[in-house]
Amino acid sequence: MAFTRHTRTVLALTAPAYLWLTATVLLPLAAMFYFSFLTASPLGGKEVRFTLQHYADFFTKEIYWYNAWRSVELGLYVTAICLIVGYPAALGLAKYVKGRWREAIFLLIILPFWSNALVRTFSWTMVLREPFNILFSYPAIVIGLVHAYLPYAILTCYISLQAIDDSLIEAGRSLGATPAQTFRRITLPLSLPGVLAAIFLIFVPVIGSFMEPRILGGKDAIMLGPIIEGQFITAFNWPLGAALSFTMLGMVLLVLLVVMPFLNRQMARA
Amino acid sequence: MSHFALSRRSALALMAGAATFGLTGRIAHAAGEIKVLNWQGYGTDEKWALEMFEKKTGIKVVHDYFNSEQEMLTKLRTSPGTYDVVLMNNIYVMEAAHEGLVQALDTSKFSNFNDLTPALRDSDRFVMDGKHFAISWVWGLTSFAYNTKKIAVRPDSMEALWDPAHAGKVGWRDDALESIQIAALATGQDMNAPADIEKIKDKLKALKTQIKTFWSSEDEWNKYMAAGDYDIAVYWSGSAARSKKAMKLPVEFVVPKEGAIGWFDGLTIAAKAPNPEGAAAFINFMVDPEFYVKWDNDIGAPASANAKANAQLPADALNRTVLGDPEVVKRVQWMAPISDEQKQKNQELWDEVKTSFAR
Repeated sequence: MAFTRHTRTVLALTAPAYLWLTATVLLPLAAMFYFSFLTASPLGGKEVRFTLQHYADFFTKEIYWYNAWRSVELGLYVTAICLIVGYPAALGLAKYVKGRWREAIFLLIILPFWSNALVRTFSWTMVLREPFNILFSYPAIVIGLVHAYLPYAILTCYISLQAIDDSLIEAGRSLGATPAQTFRRITLPLSLPGVLAAIFLIFVPVIGSFMEPRILGGKDAIMLGPIIEGQFITAFNWPLGAALSFTMLGMVLLVLLVVMPFLNRQMARA
Repeated sequence: MSHFALSRRSALALMAGAATFGLTGRIAHAAGEIKVLNWQGYGTDEKWALEMFEKKTGIKVVHDYFNSEQEMLTKLRTSPGTYDVVLMNNIYVMEAAHEGLVQALDTSKFSNFNDLTPALRDSDRFVMDGKHFAISWVWGLTSFAYNTKKIAVRPDSMEALWDPAHAGKVGWRDDALESIQIAALATGQDMNAPADIEKIKDKLKALKTQIKTFWSSEDEWNKYMAAGDYDIAVYWSGSAARSKKAMKLPVEFVVPKEGAIGWFDGLTIAAKAPNPEGAAAFINFMVDPEFYVKWDNDIGAPASANAKANAQLPADALNRTVLGDPEVVKRVQWMAPISDEQKQKNQELWDEVKTSFAR
């Protein structure tokens, strides 16, 4: 064999992960992608034909693209609020809190992760009902989702913030920059990778969310996520549900392709 | 730690022992076990009933649940050989029989078979080529129930759901077919073949200011009613009886003058059921007056398909007074099966209506 010792090591280390991903992620996704071009679900025991109708439906029927926009809008709100709340918290943790306090605060941030998402959402129904009286409304969905995804924002921002060498900031200050200037010219650009990671980790799952909207949103719950869920669970139209999901995925990838060069330039400058 | 540390050999021996035990234990168990697929809290999972049944037959009953009929069909399609008894609304039985999801039944195995109301028992929704694919179990109505503490005068019309006096206090089920059928009844149409779909759509859109939130299970309905979210809500007759009796909620079920949606449910045996004998015994127990009368008295149930069972209910039971009233039964429109194309159209119409709610 022509494999060098190095190649073999790399293969041995990465093969389990790739095999696992292929079996558990790529194969089911590929099956769904195939379903999305069929006239009916092959599991239904009916004859199926190839069609592009489901993809056409997304663009021609208002209920789908309008609700896709509603999902994107929700994603923007939730991501923005997570960053507005999470970034300062991460900054404080990385630069101003030390030792045991930091550990304690981290524990508090990660705590929501340890409880089941459904349990968390149902506990919100109690809080939002009584003192606040905003259960079954759009703000209730945003609150529930921000709570679920805020830890991602804090953790990713924290990691890139605490990697910034304090002497850089000190150097800036000693050269006469105000705290606002050092933040804008040094801290913020250097922490950008963390911010970006947070945006991807939050925005993508939020636009596909369906459980939180349904439980907290009442009449405002309709988005693309719940519509896709309805196609799978109540209408048994897996092909349409799959096509709607892949169209959404395609659009997110497209946005990334357009934005990526710009972001890369920003990061290279930093 | 070291006190509890095991040698590698004894740990392996223990694990092997546990594995063998688990395996044989499981096989012995499976012979006397059936798996039931049903809505949660819908009769078959009453604890006292399962104890009663296990005492009689030695068969243990375990449950799995679904939240929609489509989910039930999906589970049957994707997990053959898992379930024994499956609860099925009449409109899905023929679809399931054609797909080979449920098996033809030997009616001689059900000692209560002859006591079942013939109109339900031998309905063409259950029988194909002279063979029964489901045993008629219970029937009931879908219309609405109201909170007697919030609404003083008993509403007698479907229009109560659209009454501005109950704005923001109406409960609705997030279900395309049920929504369309209620709107069809409210607009005086044949709910199985409505002539004016636009009228139905407009009627549903007018619910925007009325609906508080959607419910998807009986449990949710009870919670929202108890919390005061609903004053009046679309509901099922059997569930209403249960909410009143078991949950002690101040609710009354109404069969309005426009009519109500009629449904009847059957119990089926899955095509590849691991324990068909046990399944038949359980179904026979479910239609027996001994189980049914206690179920309706203590918990609240839909009307039984077993005429003898209904006759044993107390004189004030909803299932004797209201559902037993021929005048009420005359107003009922019975749900018919629908095609996949129609299902998709319904889903789109309902998604459009819900989108209009969120604008």
